[in-house]
Amino acid sequence: MYTDIVMDHFMNPRNVGEIENADGIGEVGNIKCGDIMRIYIKVENDVIEDIKFKTFGCGSAIAASSVATEIIMGMTVEDALKVTNKQVIDALGGLPPVKIHCSVLAEQALKAAIYDYATKNNLEFEGLKGYNPVEDHDHHDVVDIEF
Amino acid sequence: MKRIYMDYSATTPVKQEVLDAMLPYFTEHFGNASSIHGYGQDAKKALEASRATIAGTIGAPADTFYFTGGGSEADNWALKGVMKANKNKGNHLITCKIEHHGILHTCETLEKEGFEVTYLDVDSEGMISLETLEAAIKPSTVMISIMFVNNEIGTMQPIAEIGKIARKHGLIFHTDAVQALGNVRINVDELNVDLMSFSAHKIYGPKGIGGLYIRKGIKIQNLIEGGAQERKRRAGTENLPGVVGFAKAAEIANENLDAHIEKLTYLRDRLVKGILESVEYSKSNGHPTLRHPGNVNVCFEFIEGEALLLSLNAKGIAGSSGSACTSGSLDPSHVLMSIGLPHEIAHGSLRLSLGDFNTEEEVDYAVESLVEVVHKLRMMSPLYDKVKGGK
Ligand SMILES: Cc1ncc(COP(=O)(O)O)c(C=O)c1O
Repeated sequence: MYTDIVMDHFMNPRNVGEIENADGIGEVGNIKCGDIMRIYIKVENDVIEDIKFKTFGCGSAIAASSVATEIIMGMTVEDALKVTNKQVIDALGGLPPVKIHCSVLAEQALKAAIYDYATKNNLEFEGLKGYNPVEDHDHHDVVDIEF
Repeated sequence: MKRIYMDYSATTPVKQEVLDAMLPYFTEHFGNASSIHGYGQDAKKALEASRATIAGTIGAPADTFYFTGGGSEADNWALKGVMKANKNKGNHLITCKIEHHGILHTCETLEKEGFEVTYLDVDSEGMISLETLEAAIKPSTVMISIMFVNNEIGTMQPIAEIGKIARKHGLIFHTDAVQALGNVRINVDELNVDLMSFSAHKIYGPKGIGGLYIRKGIKIQNLIEGGAQERKRRAGTENLPGVVGFAKAAEIANENLDAHIEKLTYLRDRLVKGILESVEYSKSNGHPTLRHPGNVNVCFEFIEGEALLLSLNAKGIAGSSGSACTSGSLDPSHVLMSIGLPHEIAHGSLRLSLGDFNTEEEVDYAVESLVEVVHKLRMMSPLYDKVKGGK
């Protein structure tokens, strides 16, 4: 059901943990739905120098968090804001349709972390225009099989 | 890497003796049981002998047992067939919230067709209340359908008591015994049951074959229309290899029942104890004693079930979970919701169902692996550090 890349990121997640005195922290998701993603960023000269995550969720939520941190590490903040969930999916070699929302969550967690950084430092970014930190959690499709 | 199967409630391997019994019915004795010639008559003989064997293990006359294409079909047939054939008596059916979807989705269809269904609550251990059941009975009630053993949390309902209540009120009583067969002694008369659903692939038999016990005198409509097979009640050329395999599996299960229960109960209790003692923030679900001898259902806080299953699979252990992600649905399983677990706890559920080929060594390995895997996932979880106060 998952690609080898997803399984690799799930089994050996990159950049797990937290950053002491992070410049921005974003947390999205919903405990009821079973996934919460938290991203920490350290920014220097507008570049994301370090990024870490903690995720409560399924295999693809953990893999999406991991691969997203790899994509973003070292990017400028403006470039990071352009990263889409599609890039996360592609980097994972694809996700099953019911798991697409995990990649959306990764995109949202990053945006939330940058928003936090921007708010704390009174900065404005083109990519945050019209951004609303109120959570808009994406939902799964429903199919059920039971044994 | 060694592979350890702990998902016997999902399905079981076919035992060698069962397979050996089945094989000649694919090639040599391939006849159609309805044919007049020798091939047909051989098949017919095996069909009726198999029926008698299975019926014998549940204390029923041979001609009250009907083969179906599995447990789901038996559930559909029992509910739709009885409700439609007894419209003159009423339109009300009583069941409970933790039934298998074979029952629940059938009930939803019946509701759309104008029947009325009461879904009884269960308590935190998954038991229905006999008082609530009796109070739910009204003049229009025709039937009660309450499962024998729950497939997720293993809880065993007081079937004989429910049967007594049904008798007292002149109601028809059906039970889904798919998870009960081969795991608890069954006698349809002692249990006061009128209809009972079975499936062969949960008792080391083949998939796609099951059966419905129908007490003599119960009015029931056909579900599958066509030829005159199964005494005109269930059409379709009989699945002889399946029938023979089911009978062999039932026979073996019946002969070894006491030893099977004793062994699994020991392994189950060792597994639960091992987990609860070595993993903090874990909790066992279902009834502590009145439960399937091989069923272990545990919730681990702060982590999600699918991630847990994938990690266990990487260690060679096969289990299942009631988390939303594993079913692909939005909510965790209806059973875990019905016993009152909050969403965040139910998401971290794990079912390990043990069977005849598990060993004590495997159980101990499972506990060890769980300690590691749960720790690893918790270290990644933003919920865990909130609790640990580490951050
Ligand atoms: C309690 C219960 N009822 C019904 C079924 C359905 O049986 P089958 O898979 O043979 O259709 C199952 C298993 O899947 C079950 O556990």
